[in-house]
Amino acid sequence: MTQTDPRAGVGAVLRDLRERLPEHGLVTDPAQRETYACDGLAAYRVRPALVVLVESADQVAEVVRACSRHDVPFVARGSGTGLSGGALPHADGVLVVTSRLRTLHEVRPEDQRAVVDPGVVNLAVSRAAEPGGYYFAPDPSSQQICSVGGNVAENSGGAHCLKYGFTAGHVLSLEVVTPDGAQVTLGTEAPDAPGYDLLGAFVGSEGTLGVATRATLRLTRLPEDVRTCLAGFGSTDEAGAVTSAIIAAGIVPAAIEIMDALAVEAAEAAVSCGYPEGAGAVLVVELDGPAVEVEQELDRVRRLCAEHGAVEFRTAADAAERAEIWKGRKSAFAAVGRISPDYIVQDGVVPRTSLPEVLREMGRISAERGVRVANVFHAGDGNLHPLVLFDAAQEGATERAEEVSGMILDLCVAHGGSITGEHGVGADKARYMPRMFEPADLDTMQLLRCAFDPAGLANPGKIYPTPRMCGERPRVVHAADEPSVDGAEVF
Amino acid sequence: MSLEEVLGATCAVRPAGEEDEVDGVPAGVVARPASAQETSELMRACSAHGLAVVVRGHGSKLEWGRPPERVDVVLETGGMAGLVEHARGDLVATAGAGMPLTRLRHLLADAGHELVVDDLAVGRGADAAGSTLGGAVATNLSGPRRLRAGPLRDLVLGVRLVLADGTVARAGGKVVKNVAGYDLGKLMTGSFGTLAVVTEVTVRLHPEPQEVRQVHALVPRERLAPVLAHLVRTQTAPHVLDVHAVPGADAQVSVGLGGSPGSTRRRAARLAAELSSPGLVGSAEAVVAVDPERVTVEEITHVVPSAAEPWSTAEEVARRPTLLRVTTRLSGTAELVQVANDHGLTITGSAGVGVLRATLPEEAQVETVLGAVMAVRAATTRLGGSTVALDAPPAVKASLDAEGTWGPVPGLELMRRVKAQFDPGRTLAPGRFVGGL
Repeated sequence: MTQTDPRAGVGAVLRDLRERLPEHGLVTDPAQRETYACDGLAAYRVRPALVVLVESADQVAEVVRACSRHDVPFVARGSGTGLSGGALPHADGVLVVTSRLRTLHEVRPEDQRAVVDPGVVNLAVSRAAEPGGYYFAPDPSSQQICSVGGNVAENSGGAHCLKYGFTAGHVLSLEVVTPDGAQVTLGTEAPDAPGYDLLGAFVGSEGTLGVATRATLRLTRLPEDVRTCLAGFGSTDEAGAVTSAIIAAGIVPAAIEIMDALAVEAAEAAVSCGYPEGAGAVLVVELDGPAVEVEQELDRVRRLCAEHGAVEFRTAADAAERAEIWKGRKSAFAAVGRISPDYIVQDGVVPRTSLPEVLREMGRISAERGVRVANVFHAGDGNLHPLVLFDAAQEGATERAEEVSGMILDLCVAHGGSITGEHGVGADKARYMPRMFEPADLDTMQLLRCAFDPAGLANPGKIYPTPRMCGERPRVVHAADEPSVDGAEVF
Repeated sequence: MSLEEVLGATCAVRPAGEEDEVDGVPAGVVARPASAQETSELMRACSAHGLAVVVRGHGSKLEWGRPPERVDVVLETGGMAGLVEHARGDLVATAGAGMPLTRLRHLLADAGHELVVDDLAVGRGADAAGSTLGGAVATNLSGPRRLRAGPLRDLVLGVRLVLADGTVARAGGKVVKNVAGYDLGKLMTGSFGTLAVVTEVTVRLHPEPQEVRQVHALVPRERLAPVLAHLVRTQTAPHVLDVHAVPGADAQVSVGLGGSPGSTRRRAARLAAELSSPGLVGSAEAVVAVDPERVTVEEITHVVPSAAEPWSTAEEVARRPTLLRVTTRLSGTAELVQVANDHGLTITGSAGVGVLRATLPEEAQVETVLGAVMAVRAATTRLGGSTVALDAPPAVKASLDAEGTWGPVPGLELMRRVKAQFDPGRTLAPGRFVGGL
């Protein structure tokens, strides 16, 4: 198990795999390996020692077993769209790329199930389910390219998880390869499988508990009616207040999104989405469900917007207009590139009621530090995506932006929120975990890791800033320190 | 030094009585810690002395699973029963594990909020107070309305827990959207108190619907499959889709609709009309739309027994039927209902999610019960689901081992490793859970 030269381990893995896998799946050329050096978070780059393009679950197991034999770390990667460096490779490890596992095995509307390989693209599931009247509800903005395997690893959300929940609520069963190379099924096709909910714990474990090789997904009935509306406000305060009023009215919209003036300006420059000119904030609300219900809810939303001083209110008349409204929102991240050469996409969560205060404080930080921050957020669940703008060519600008970015996370934690709502901790935020959790919390979470991966080979260095050693008998209470039942000592 | 004296330094402790037995296993003492800190001290002491601990809320589901190997200490959560926070604007609440669900419902109601959990076990004998929040989490208690709101495991946002060695830890948080760290809340939900003592739970709340309506139908056996197939696809967005079938009678199907005033009436009328059509139930008399805005469980019971859980009626509570949790793929519900009824089981549950409960009366012969469990398990395995014998009369339990109780458990070897990490000394409810963990 002891490797003095880490490269020797990868060499041994490669020798093993050459006997078991076709040569075309083994990427050894440095230039080719370099193309896998980062995921959607390009700020971090590490060239993996070996890349394996797997073509079956058995091949995944072969790779993981070889890594386990030679004590070599491995990292799984789907489409590589993650924004927290969750698929950042290990320099002395193997990158297992699942994007060739693209078979959509089954779509069964009568059971509301689809069975897919991990490399299947998120949107492809919905496209396949649509003729039967169903879709796959989790819809991260990257849904046209991100893979189901990645969604499972990150417990992906999206604009519509306010009503429909995250990936964890839409996965019934997974075939996984555990870090010792065993192929295990978690869950059953029906919910409530007997035993511990390892399925629920695996979803969102960011590739640290193993590699999913097949997923049974829950499909959701396409709603009878969908109505999308857009309102312009003078400030994010007003838009935030309307959000609270909508929720307080007992309405659970499919989505409630807010963009601030800077984000609107960027979107306008990039895609000419026709948002209200000069608005301090734009609110997008989507309602879905039975037509009679949606119609009534839309009336209430319209009234609430008017009461809160909406400068403009429009409702999409058809699917094309709906797409038009969403265009600005969905392109917001990329659009910011039009108004700033560089930017950091942040992902934090605050209790919905803290939104106005947090936004004001963020504005203060931004002004104080001279760093512009554009805000796009899933207002319904308090999930902020501040875009911290900077120009890396300017001296110290990158550092200032990173500092502001970190201060925003502190703000989220101080208000009882989270350092990540949907992008994951990955490599990027492991150092922030101690701001949200005590050492005992992190140690306890890692007990799960010790159960799955005592050698710590699956995606090491992600989520947790300090790996827990699993070899030690963790936290054994020493009997000698305690009085015995029969002893004379008293507590 | 007696157990009581040793543990008495950590929290309130009293000698156990006959009523503190856990599924026939006598208990040593009953400890009632008042905080996570006291729980921590208690658990440290118990671990140090190799004592077995069973966590108890109201005890309404304490017999679910296998009887524990030993019960030195019953850990009551009643000392941690407060509402810690109800963040109204955020639709989130945090409460101690000992919080009764009925009290929580009352406390949340004035804000028009609720934790969408249907209490399926109102408790036996003197203690008919229903489940506590901790007990609901321990058993992943989820009833008919999980169709819309999700099972309890999806409503748990955060937990505070105490490990067997006394470590106090927290996972998750107080916001609905949060992916920081492993979701130990899901791991704890449904773990039957065998991994850690959950002392506090943060849950997602839902606004109470302004109006609720029901549509009920009596469905001839041969039409059950098409009726259910129609209902799982309905565009009326029901929050309940339950089936209730007693051997030898027509199946009863209940649909619950919640929403804004007027909308539920129109949806109920539409659904009743659809169901009356010749291809489905085929008779308008067999379909009833019930109007009241707010229907309590008791009121529904008068209309259709399916709304009341089979073992929560007064007669059943006093007894101890064999209670199975059976699951199936959606298209298999009608077949499962038939198999269950063919073996004398009454079956009730959500046809919308494929999780149901089947019961046989206490008087049923042991051989009959074992045969029924095997037959139903064969059916659920074929239908992509599982069969778990949650509870049974002692004679039946004695004839079922861990495998007979829980059936095939995918991932059991990993579960053993998880148990070994969280509770290496097997302090918490040893033997109660899958694989004899």
